[in-house]
Amino acid sequence: MDKMIVVEKITKHYEQVEALSNISLTINKGELFGLVGPDGAGKSTLFRILATLLLPDKGKAWINGVDVVKHYKKIRSSIGYMPGRFSLYQDLSVEENLNFYASVFGTTLEENYALIEDIYRYLLPFKERKAGKLSGGMKQKLALCCALIHAPSILFLDEPTTGVDPTSRQEFWETLSKLKEKGMTILVSTPYMDEAVLCDRIALMQEGQLMKVDTPQQIIDQFDKALWKVSAKNMYGLLKDMRLSPLVEQCYTFGQYLHFTFVQEELDALVAYLKQKGHQEIEIAPTAVTIEDCYLQLTDV
Amino acid sequence: METVIEVQGLTKSFGSFKAVDHLNFKVAKGEIFGFLGANGAGKTTAMRMLCGLSKPTSGSARVAGYDVQLNPEKVKQNIGYMSQRFSLYDDLKVEENIRLFAGIYGIPRPLIKTQTEALLEKLHFTEERNTMVRALPLGWKQKLAFSVAVFHQPKVVFLDEPTGGVDPVTRRQFWELIYEAAAQGITVFVTTHYMDEAEYCDRLSMMVDGRIEALDSPQQLKEKMGVASMDEVFRLLARKAKRTE
Repeated sequence: MDKMIVVEKITKHYEQVEALSNISLTINKGELFGLVGPDGAGKSTLFRILATLLLPDKGKAWINGVDVVKHYKKIRSSIGYMPGRFSLYQDLSVEENLNFYASVFGTTLEENYALIEDIYRYLLPFKERKAGKLSGGMKQKLALCCALIHAPSILFLDEPTTGVDPTSRQEFWETLSKLKEKGMTILVSTPYMDEAVLCDRIALMQEGQLMKVDTPQQIIDQFDKALWKVSAKNMYGLLKDMRLSPLVEQCYTFGQYLHFTFVQEELDALVAYLKQKGHQEIEIAPTAVTIEDCYLQLTDV
Repeated sequence: METVIEVQGLTKSFGSFKAVDHLNFKVAKGEIFGFLGANGAGKTTAMRMLCGLSKPTSGSARVAGYDVQLNPEKVKQNIGYMSQRFSLYDDLKVEENIRLFAGIYGIPRPLIKTQTEALLEKLHFTEERNTMVRALPLGWKQKLAFSVAVFHQPKVVFLDEPTGGVDPVTRRQFWELIYEAAAQGITVFVTTHYMDEAEYCDRLSMMVDGRIEALDSPQQLKEKMGVASMDEVFRLLARKAKRTE
C-alpha cells in the first residue's frame, strides 16, 4: 500500500509542556484515519505540523514523500486543512470566501465545482450571506468547501463536527465517505466515538502519545473483560453505590444505562447489595463492547 | 412538585421570521431538562429569553419565581448560566474568576472566602488557584465554569452546549457535577448535541423550526416513536424541519 503520511519520532514542546512525545505513525493513501483523544492530547499540534504551520522540535514527517519542513511550499498546494476554530472571513459572503480561497491557490470555483457540489448545494440558498451570520452546521460545510476548493489529495480536519447537531454530523460523514471513494486521504480528529468507528483506522491519543493505533474492530476485540450494563430508578444513586461496591472494578454512565466490569463476577451478590441499598427496578445484563468503552478503559476513569 | 420554569406561548419574531414559536412547558425543581434541536431550530433564542437577556415578542415565561418580561434583573440574579463560548475570563486566575463571579452574584465577602476554599478543594484545584484560566485544559475549564455558575446556589442553571468538543471521560465527569447539583435541588436546563447525554436527562424537549415537536422522558420518546436510540428519535424529528437555517 502507498504511504501518504509518514510521521517519524516527532516531539514538540510548548515551553515546559510536551505536546507531542516521540510520535511515529503511517497513514496510507486513500485511508480515512481518525485521531481520538481529550483536549490537550496533542491532536491539533500534529495537524499543524503536518499542515506545515508549525515546526517540530525533533523528528521528521513526509507527505507523499515530501518533507514537511524542507519543502513546505510544495506541500501546501496538495493539502486541504480545516482548523478546529472557524477561520474563514466572517465579513465576506459564502461565495466571496470560496472565490478568495480558490484564487489563493490559483484556481476558480468553477474548475473544481464537481468536488464540492455535494456540500455546496446546501449553501447555495445562502451564498450572499456573510460567513459570520451562518449557523454552526453551515459554517462547517463552508469551511469544508474552502478546504476542498483546490482539489487537494489529502484533507486534514481538526474536530470538524464539534458543536454540530446529529443530523448535520451524519451528512458530514456521508460526504467524507464519498471523498474517500474518490481516492482522497483523510486525517480527522473527533471527540465523538460514533464517528471514530466510521474510520478505517484510529489512533487513541493521550498526553502527547499514541496509546493505540488499529482498526476500530480490532480495538474492540482487544477489550479483555466481560462488560455489563445496569439501570435502576435512581441512576445517580446507582452510580455512587456501584462505585462503592468491592465487586465492581470500573463503572461509568453510558446513555440510559451504566456500564461496568466486575472484579469478580458475582452477579447475585451484586444484585443483593443493590437491593439492600434500596434500589428499585434494577435491570442488569451483559452488553456488547463499543469503542467508547475501550477509550474509557484505556484512559481509566 | 414546585415549578421553577413556566413557559406560556413564548414567541420571538425577527421581522416576519418566527425564531421561537409559541413554546409551552414547565420544568420542576431539581429536574434535569434537556433542550434539544438542530442548529438553527431556535434553542439559543429561547434560552436567551428565559435568562432575561432578550424580550419575548409575545407570550410569557416565569423563571425562578420571576417574570422574564417584567423582572429580567431578578431572573438574572436567581439563575446560573454557562455557555461553551464564554463563561470565564481567560486572563484572570482560577481564584480571581471565582471571586469575580461570586461578587457579581452578590455573595457576601466573608462567605466568598470560605466557599472558594471549599470549591477549590472539591475540584482538586487547590494547586491551580493561581493558574491563569487560559492555561487550563478545556475539561477543567468547563468544570470550573459550571461550578462558578452554581456557586451562588441558583434555583436554575442554564447550560448551553456545555460539553461541546470534550472527550468521553471529561464529559462523564462533567455530568456527575450536573447530577450532584440536581440532587441538591438545582434545576438544570441543558442543551447538547450528544445523544448519550440526552439519555441522562429526566425529560427532553425537541425543537424543530422554532416549535417544540416532542416533550417527554427519553424512555417514553423512544417507545412512542418505536426506535431503540435517542439518535434515531433526533433524526426522525429533525427531518420534519422545513426551514433550512
